[in-house]
Amino acid sequence: MNESQYTQRTIERVARESYGRLVAYLSSHTRDVASAEDALSNALIAALTTWPRDGVPQNPEAWLLTAARHSLIDLVRHRQVAEANESTLLLLREESQEAMLSAKFPDERLKLLFVCAHPAIDPAMHTPLMLQTVLGLDAVRIAHAFLVSPTTMGQRLVRAKTKIRDGGIRFEVPQERELPQRLDAVLEAIYAAFGIGWDDMAGVDQRGRDLAEEAIWLARVLLQLMPREAEVRGLLALMLHCEARRPARRGADGRYIPLSEQDTQQWSLPLIDEAERHLAAASSRNFAGRFQLEAAIQSVHAERLRSGRTEWTAAVLFYEQLIRISPTLGARIGYAAAVGEANGLQAGLAALDGIDRNAASGYQPYWAVRAHLLQRLGKTSEAADAFERAIGLAEDPAVRQFLLQRRG
Amino acid sequence: MQFALLIFESPEAFATRKAPESNPYLGAWRAYYKTIVEAGIYVGGDPLEVPETATTVRVMEGKRRVQDGPFADTKEQLAGFMILELPSLDAALDWAARCPAASTGAVEVRPLAPESRRRITG
Repeated sequence: MNESQYTQRTIERVARESYGRLVAYLSSHTRDVASAEDALSNALIAALTTWPRDGVPQNPEAWLLTAARHSLIDLVRHRQVAEANESTLLLLREESQEAMLSAKFPDERLKLLFVCAHPAIDPAMHTPLMLQTVLGLDAVRIAHAFLVSPTTMGQRLVRAKTKIRDGGIRFEVPQERELPQRLDAVLEAIYAAFGIGWDDMAGVDQRGRDLAEEAIWLARVLLQLMPREAEVRGLLALMLHCEARRPARRGADGRYIPLSEQDTQQWSLPLIDEAERHLAAASSRNFAGRFQLEAAIQSVHAERLRSGRTEWTAAVLFYEQLIRISPTLGARIGYAAAVGEANGLQAGLAALDGIDRNAASGYQPYWAVRAHLLQRLGKTSEAADAFERAIGLAEDPAVRQFLLQRRG
Repeated sequence: MQFALLIFESPEAFATRKAPESNPYLGAWRAYYKTIVEAGIYVGGDPLEVPETATTVRVMEGKRRVQDGPFADTKEQLAGFMILELPSLDAALDWAARCPAASTGAVEVRPLAPESRRRITG
């Protein structure tokens, strides 16, 4: 690797690792996320011209911070008319000197995460905001994952950032009293970036946006900032367990392989081990939250790698607890599927019948699980009907193909 | 709100029209259609004959120009349409994504324009 490639790589690495920290810090007083991002991208452009010439600075992050701050002062001065911004300028200048003295600056990413998932911000924008401000993903990439045009996504992001700046949303970690609910919104937003909620029997709950790597990264950042929150560990464990099985979910020819038929040798042991460590650390505290329970269910499945079998009774117990605190459609269908394995097909079907048909009729996993149970009970024509619905609601062509074959 | 799903199919997908009933693409379409009807959102629609049967008409300088073949010169061709009654574009995109043609061709989603119709029909 030559000098310029090295410099280029360093800039990319620093940009990726420091982006969120710098944006969070630069915007924490002004609440002006858009300007902070503009300032940082100016600083990165400056780095691209300066570093190859003068060498990579000793502390690249501090260099970027100083450059971004100068740029931010220019931006604010350029835009400012109102008096309020004078105080912002003053603030920036004062802090500027402070930061020059020490290379360290406070990590404000936690506040930024809470701002992104603030109840005053459209819930649909929580995830895109986090991806952009904390990870530095551009609007084109985010738009692609959210199935909208880049222009539309760009406009929505601008609107949300204006709301943050002008809407009186404070950069702060919520008070104890509000914390559980506010933290839940942050966790939800991170999980919404992740791809698959759960999959079994070709019922696939395509929950998120297929940004698994980004979601895991965000959860790691959050855990680093809130190491004592068990649910943060629960969410990370859940995603790591699902991610561990990714290579086994498809055959070499791209065909879909349901969980029960996956080759466990293809599961990633390091990811499973890491997930288990987080789950164990989480459960040393008393209260088991929703994400911990979902992770525990995935842990039951992961156990098959070692024991060769699935403890369905354990899965049923975790599902029962999960439904008590979070009776989502996905949880209730997962429960019915587990009951079908643990207590017999008829019991599984009865559990499925307990779910409101109207609520479930557009949910693909409901029909897939139903078809699977009916087929094994020998109720061929009812099974065929359920298969039709599961196929009709399937989005993934590989899953559709699999169900067509199963239906026979 | 009503949306049109304009279905564009590849030549391979068009070829399945002559395939036996057991063809997986046709099977997927049967399941999709049935699901849409049972969901109570189906307003209407129909498949179109293959693009080779299309004839395109233009009038240029007062003269009729007739071309043997479809208007658009693309690999994927319009193969049919469906009109669905749905609450939002997001719901329409969900149904478009489930369409078997979406993974081999494309599905264009467009809201119907009743306002424009009123201005035309008076």
